[in-house]
Amino acid sequence: MSELSVKHLLGIKYLTEADIQLIFDTATQFKEVINRPIKKVPSLRDITIANLFFENSTRTKLSFELAQKRLSADVINFASSMSSLKKGETLIDTVNNILSMKVDMVVMRHSSPGAASFLSKHVDATIINAGDGAHEHPTQALLDTFSINERLGDVAGKKVVIIGDILHSRVALSNIFALQKLGAEVCVCGPKTLIPKHITSLGVKVETDVKKALKWCDVANVLRVQFERMSASYFPSNREYAAFYGITKPMLDAIGKEIVIMHPGPINRGVELSSAVVDSNQAIILDQVENGVAIRMAVLYLLAAKN
Amino acid sequence: MEKDLKTINFFYFCKNFWMSQKQLLSAEDLRIILFRLACQLKETHGDFSKTVLVGLQPRGVRLAERLLHILQHHYKVADVKLSQLDITFFRDDFRRSDKVLNPNVNDMEVGVENKRIVLIDDVLYTGRSIRAALTAIDSYGRPEEVQLLTLIDRRFSRHLPIQPDFCGRQVDAIQNERVVVCWQEEDDEDAVYLVKK
Repeated sequence: MSELSVKHLLGIKYLTEADIQLIFDTATQFKEVINRPIKKVPSLRDITIANLFFENSTRTKLSFELAQKRLSADVINFASSMSSLKKGETLIDTVNNILSMKVDMVVMRHSSPGAASFLSKHVDATIINAGDGAHEHPTQALLDTFSINERLGDVAGKKVVIIGDILHSRVALSNIFALQKLGAEVCVCGPKTLIPKHITSLGVKVETDVKKALKWCDVANVLRVQFERMSASYFPSNREYAAFYGITKPMLDAIGKEIVIMHPGPINRGVELSSAVVDSNQAIILDQVENGVAIRMAVLYLLAAKN
Repeated sequence: MEKDLKTINFFYFCKNFWMSQKQLLSAEDLRIILFRLACQLKETHGDFSKTVLVGLQPRGVRLAERLLHILQHHYKVADVKLSQLDITFFRDDFRRSDKVLNPNVNDMEVGVENKRIVLIDDVLYTGRSIRAALTAIDSYGRPEEVQLLTLIDRRFSRHLPIQPDFCGRQVDAIQNERVVVCWQEEDDEDAVYLVKK
């Protein structure tokens, strides 16, 4: 145990296996903290954090904000819909204006891939990527792998399938990096139109038959179809997608072993997962949300130590 | 030539070793002190029904376990509760040194509400760890009383107005000296050393 090898959290790609393990070890202790009667520690009381959400978010924003408050940091929030960006200000100008209010760390979500990396090169603050376009969503991948580790005791050697809209998903890419760094086997599954052409170059398997994929795996991480990012029609209808790729309880019962079901949220019940699956014991969706706060506390704590 | 160098290095190592380290307590001294501390705890806490021994991570936990063992096996106290408390997130030196402070395991299952807490640590130095522990304990509830037990009290080194209720041995050490408590379980011997930094 020591310190992270990076100064910013821009993507899982830049982390080492030891970094991920350190974040897990620290998050385990923070999970105990958030289950105490008083869930607050004073570690970051001299730190101010700006949450810049240039794209809509519910749980990531709430989770980050709660993590920051549990660590006693001062928090300012920014939503692009109410900002001067609409008046033509550039990203660097907006952020530098915020930083001149003596902000130490920036948590940013942006619709452009690479936005966090770009910012880290131009401003003097610790940057945490909370999702940049279809590129990476590192804290989501960390909490997903942490949840697998918690449920199955290890990530190494496990078979994980990521099902759904791989093409538009930053969660998929970050998960692939994190799972591979921790020694898991990864498969992606979805309609051919929603699987990037050269994804096999990342060393993942591709499967278009969801039943085969479920039979193969120990864990299924099911993603939402991201209609808001789609510029064309990738499949005929929601009903057809649900018929071919929706996971139902009878399907899970038929594979003869108990696999773990995950979902980063928000869930479209009846589309990618049936209600019976979401509410079953196999699903660890709410554990993922709880772990999200602990993982984000760990990331903030470890990066603040290097700030 | 290489062999000669090794011999010279070994000679300097030994010289350094003996010159920079002085034994303060032997295994026998330690044994007597541990029995006395356990005895004092028994005298003050009776049947320990409301008492929780809280070992501070990482080095206070071993001391707490030793005291628990003596209380259970020699003084026949049936029900003594033991917890371990990590103070990392409450320390006041986070981001003030180059070292990242990594947390240890907390085990406060027993709870502290209306309990008589005995904080247990190996060495009391500046008092800052104990201040952090007092704040950390608050996260688990409101104890009836908090006492402090330390094996070594480095008096004259305090930064805060904190004193132990039970103390094994008072030691006068200067700033560039360190008191190291060794335990059989981890360090292959029971002893306390004064080491020059």
